[in-house]
Amino acid sequence: MSLLTIAFTLLFYFAALVLIIGLGLRIRLYAKTPAPLRIPTTPAPLTTAGVVGRMFFEVTLFRSLFKANKWIWIFGWLFHAALLLVLLRHLRYFTDPVWSWVALMQPLGAYAAFVMIAGLAGLWARRFLVDRVRYISSPSDHLMLALLIAIGLSGLGMKYVAATDIVAVKAFFLGLMYFDWQPIPGDPLLMLHLVLVAVLMIIFPFSKLLHAPGMFFAPTRTQPDNAREKRHLPTRAATRQAS
Amino acid sequence: MADFDTPVLKPYPVIPPIEIGSMAHSKPYVAKPDIQGKIGFPGELIDNWQQVAIDKMGELVDNSRALRVFLDSCVKCGACTDKCHYYLGTSDPKNMPVARQDLFRSVYRRYYTAAGKYFPGLVGARDLDQDVLDEWYSYFHQCSQCRRCSVYCPYGIDTAEISMAAREIMDTVGVGQKYCNEIIGKAQTIGNNLGLPQPALLNTLEGLEEDIEDETGVTVRLPLDQHGADILLVTPSADFFAEPHVDGLIGYAKVFHQAGLSWTISSHASEAANFGMFIGSYDNMQVLAQRIREAALELGVKRIVFGECGHAWRVAYNFLNTLAGPFDFLDPNYPMPQHICEVTYDLLQRNALRMDKSANDDKVLTFHDSCNVARASRMGNFEGGQFVIPREVIKASCNHYYDMPSDAIQEATFCCGGGGGLLTDDLIELRVKGSLPRMEALKQAVDDHGVTHMAAICAICKSQFSKILPYYGMEMDQIVSVHQLVSDAIQLGGDH
Ligand code: HEM
Ligand code: SF4
Ligand code: SF4
Repeated sequence: MSLLTIAFTLLFYFAALVLIIGLGLRIRLYAKTPAPLRIPTTPAPLTTAGVVGRMFFEVTLFRSLFKANKWIWIFGWLFHAALLLVLLRHLRYFTDPVWSWVALMQPLGAYAAFVMIAGLAGLWARRFLVDRVRYISSPSDHLMLALLIAIGLSGLGMKYVAATDIVAVKAFFLGLMYFDWQPIPGDPLLMLHLVLVAVLMIIFPFSKLLHAPGMFFAPTRTQPDNAREKRHLPTRAATRQAS
Repeated sequence: MADFDTPVLKPYPVIPPIEIGSMAHSKPYVAKPDIQGKIGFPGELIDNWQQVAIDKMGELVDNSRALRVFLDSCVKCGACTDKCHYYLGTSDPKNMPVARQDLFRSVYRRYYTAAGKYFPGLVGARDLDQDVLDEWYSYFHQCSQCRRCSVYCPYGIDTAEISMAAREIMDTVGVGQKYCNEIIGKAQTIGNNLGLPQPALLNTLEGLEEDIEDETGVTVRLPLDQHGADILLVTPSADFFAEPHVDGLIGYAKVFHQAGLSWTISSHASEAANFGMFIGSYDNMQVLAQRIREAALELGVKRIVFGECGHAWRVAYNFLNTLAGPFDFLDPNYPMPQHICEVTYDLLQRNALRMDKSANDDKVLTFHDSCNVARASRMGNFEGGQFVIPREVIKASCNHYYDMPSDAIQEATFCCGGGGGLLTDDLIELRVKGSLPRMEALKQAVDDHGVTHMAAICAICKSQFSKILPYYGMEMDQIVSVHQLVSDAIQLGGDH
């Protein structure tokens, strides 16, 4: 095995471990941290089933964001929807035989990449053009968008400019999954794409990308509004008495 | 009036460009050592304050899922940046909710996250030093904890939670706010924010009974410490003497009277407000909540009803059961607690009150949804009841009612500008500027519908509007209590 293959094999195992363990620990921490008081942002659903409905529209349609700001919503929603399609399209590198619905959606996934980059570009433009958003942006906010755009562009580059040997790429990833390691093609664009993806996986549990698991734990959105009907049990004991 | 300019009301809302540092000078008076000591905090900035503050931050985050998730999740999308009335009124970018959070988050990142420990510049992490503390003191006292930002944030991030935590950390190292902490001390020792002792309270209530009798010829009682009454009324102490609050209290008394309900006020828990919430102090909030439980047990009541007060209703509705429950000694057929608007609404639904709407024909009304009722609690047994019920009570009391524009009411309501423990004269500039969005919406309703009066169900809102309406060229008595309207319209006597 070439040094390159060894390096990428190790890199992806490392990145996958960091992502899975890091996210797992973070989610466990969210779940274990007590919520001492009832704080749903009202009007809120009165039942748990209602909360599931509320969260469904938050996650799939970014409902609150829609109420807040149409520009952020359109760019942000397009980016995320396209990202989802792009990720699903990538399943073909990890399944053999390729699931039929994954095969069917391939053309859609290819367009989605453009939409994703357009959405990201729109979000990035706001960071320069809107004074309020410029003010709140740190270097990491710019870098995160740059990273995602670079991943998208390097991916498109392999499709439209310098094609890589995708059969070999697939063999490499299946090899990683089944511990039967295969060589990786040495194309510069592929190297770039994969390194950036590994970086994304590694920073995921340490960055604002935690918004994805975080939103499922926000008490303001996930608590039902039923404090009078059901006593929210204290997580702390009384410490002092009234005088 | 003061050394700042009252903002000009624009015909339509405008998002102002940022003006860095425009409110950096705004700071409330610091609490003196005796005030701090009374409620369990150090008297002045302690020597090793940095370490204590950082440890306290860790403790708070470990005990609050909200804080933990909010501190991690913000993507700096900017959706909240134009949602805070203090930003809209002052243009200071640190009054944008996300920027306010970042004052806290930057320190949290520095000490509690890998990114902030190793790459502080990259993620905007900062050491906690005196400058940061000063900035905290200034800007965490420019948040009225109104939760408007949390409605619009894609993750429901509630800046109020972060402001509360920041204030608690500052209190823990000895830097407290005079206004809030002095009041908490009084409420904990005397029983109400004004420090009214039992005899004074009795005197006031008797005076009100005489006023009602003089005006209507009917004897309406306002009982104090009456053992065996069915209902304990817990109401903000401003209701005992401030205008227009007291007219609301008279309204509650008339409703109870006319419905034939037996009720009492307690001198031990003569305060619905719970400023412990404003400073994020669970312990202090609990001490005040316990007094209500003690009063209910002592007097042997069957129900607890709260008067018109926004944050008090939040604490009562959402927290009281947790802080001082279970209340299984009360009558389970009634919600614990109940809001006075719910009581009146139920009676109206059952046609148990006779109302002469024309009594308020001299007014054209609108309604100011108070933040803590709108976005932090509920009334009635259906989602959004907190918007419907007070409006129905108003409409049952008058003939002319119009809402303000839809982006300024209900869940989108704007704070009065004085909530969250900021209702103090040392913050008058902030209060005037922060009420700009509400004043613009009111102006719109005045221009479009000829609105003359705005009704509210919160003691803080009422005091704030009485004070700031004149700055905007309006009259202080254009703010009224909801139960003041009820009081005017309700027909006393007769069969009931
Ligand atoms: C449960 C899944 C997810 C949900 C519901 C979600 C939701 C959101 C929302 C509502 C926003 C704010 C609007 C915007 O700026 O786009 C946002 C921002 C963002 N999301 Fe997600 N997201 C999810 C997963 C992800 C994943 C897996 C990634 C990346 C790999 C990601 C990357 C980003 C980035 C980089 C931003 C900030 C964009 C900016 O800088 O303005 N999200 N997300
Ligand atoms: S809670 Fe209200 S006052 Fe505080 S930052 Fe949010 S919008 Fe502004
Ligand atoms: S809306 Fe929420 S995620 Fe967006 S910047 Fe504001 S606090 Fe952060």
